Amino acid sequence: MSVITVERIKLFSTRSPWWCMVISAVLSIGLAALFLGFLPSDEKPRATILMTQGGAQLSQMVMMVMAALAVTTEYRFGTIRTSFQAVPQRATVLLGKTAVVAAVAGVVGVVASFGAWAIGNVVDGSADLAINTAAEWRLVAGQGLVFALSAVIAVAVGILIRQSAGAIAILILWPLLLENLVQLIPKVGDDISQWSPFKNADSFLNQGQAFGLAGEPGQYALSPWWALLYFAGWAAALMTIALFTASKRDA
Amino acid sequence: MIEAQGLTKRYGATVAVDNLSFEVKPGKVTGFLGPNGAGKSTTMRMILGLDTPTSGDVRIDGQHYRDLHKPLTKIGALLDAKWVHPNRSARAHLAWMAASNKLPKSSVDKALEMVGLTSVAHKRAGAYSLGMSQRLGIAGALLGDPEVLLFDEPVNGLDPEGIVWIRTFMQKLASEGRTVLVSSHLLSEMSLTAEELIVIGRGKLIAQSSTRDFVDRASGTTVKVRTPQFDQLQNLLRQQQLITRIDDAEDQGKALLVEGNVTTDQIGELAAAHAIVLHELTLQRGSLEQAFMQMTGDSVQYHAHDELAHVADVQLPPPAGTEVAAGPKEEN
Repeated sequence: MSVITVERIKLFSTRSPWWCMVISAVLSIGLAALFLGFLPSDEKPRATILMTQGGAQLSQMVMMVMAALAVTTEYRFGTIRTSFQAVPQRATVLLGKTAVVAAVAGVVGVVASFGAWAIGNVVDGSADLAINTAAEWRLVAGQGLVFALSAVIAVAVGILIRQSAGAIAILILWPLLLENLVQLIPKVGDDISQWSPFKNADSFLNQGQAFGLAGEPGQYALSPWWALLYFAGWAAALMTIALFTASKRDA
Repeated sequence: MIEAQGLTKRYGATVAVDNLSFEVKPGKVTGFLGPNGAGKSTTMRMILGLDTPTSGDVRIDGQHYRDLHKPLTKIGALLDAKWVHPNRSARAHLAWMAASNKLPKSSVDKALEMVGLTSVAHKRAGAYSLGMSQRLGIAGALLGDPEVLLFDEPVNGLDPEGIVWIRTFMQKLASEGRTVLVSSHLLSEMSLTAEELIVIGRGKLIAQSSTRDFVDRASGTTVKVRTPQFDQLQNLLRQQQLITRIDDAEDQGKALLVEGNVTTDQIGELAAAHAIVLHELTLQRGSLEQAFMQMTGDSVQYHAHDELAHVADVQLPPPAGTEVAAGPKEEN
């Protein structure tokens, strides 16, 4: 698959993706160290695996920024035209990019989540942080899938918006603000929130976890794997719209 | 061969390219000439399948660009030298382009060598001067060793050394039997590089001819004569079937402008044979720029009215052996 090679060369031949990857992993691992390391000694034994994953959302944001930039910088510098000139099948080019970016985000997600879990074990030896249940495996290893799918959404938004600042603003405000704000709408707010894509990604990770000190579990509309599938559905739908738009409009 | 048929591109109410039909013949440098905003870049983007025509059609050897397999091996293009990621090295930029068309890695080194960038290939493209960026763009166009090459305003903003380099390079490419379509808004530049010309203004075809015909027509000469025996000379010239015009704009009195292929020698001898006193006898050559402006004058999108109105006063001999679509006349 030559488009995969192309996008791999593109992604790794500039520095900013490397920075994003390092920052993403460091955020997860560093925050886990801080969250567990600064627990008062009497609370340390009550720490849970979920608490080691407190920085994951922030890491995920960083990878979404990288994914969106992988597209928007091409529009910014005009290389998208060279790309489409080299391979006129635009959907193929963009799917190649999506595959590479999603794979990278997935790997970083797994490194970040297992790194955070490992550092939690180091700074808080008194807690039981062993990964035993299927739910616990889903939480730690599943970050890879959530990172990869959110990168797909980020690429799709990047293709549609074509502009770095706008795309990044949407990608940060959507999961962090919008999906929380809709809860404030009377009567329907909770339902809308439960069916929001990023809330379902959380639902996939958080269901069946020991929350302990991390607060109360929320309301879930779907079982974990259906929730992930629902999140994947959003990613697929957005990507389809993005590919259709990019193929139709002038480059 | 590139063939455009009734190519039209509208952006809302503005018509960028208007029912344009032309042919780019193989093995020659064809100049794509027109003032800024005439629709040259839009046309080139449509050739490359980047913009979709509103109507009409453009094909490369009978195929649409989007249907080409490994297009870089068929047609190379430099539309904008700045279309490079500034933090990516020249080598990496060419490497991904090569990978996209499954070209061997050696093609990157070969292309860098051809444009003389080998020693700076590892540097980030953002640090390149315009001349170097232009060379990188050309390296990208040559990567797949294509038969057809497209360059959009390649000498724009270059220093004299860069201009000469591009000029000789394009001639070399054509001498290798490649088809080269190069756009410019400078007729004088095109007269040095291109063998054929496609002239457009406001998106419409103004002329398609050989550069030689176009330049001959454009740089036609007139002989200016001043004499106290004005009527006598005028009658004499009329008897010789020469076309004359009266130029009384100057304070020195009326002057006669003699058109057609006449020399000052002929007029001088003719006057002497009939004992006519001459006060002035000069050869006037219309510049290429003036001629070009006159032809495209009506079709320049944004212009300062007074200046062009004056330029348009320059009269030119009628074309010889050139197909010219004058003014708003529709083709076909």
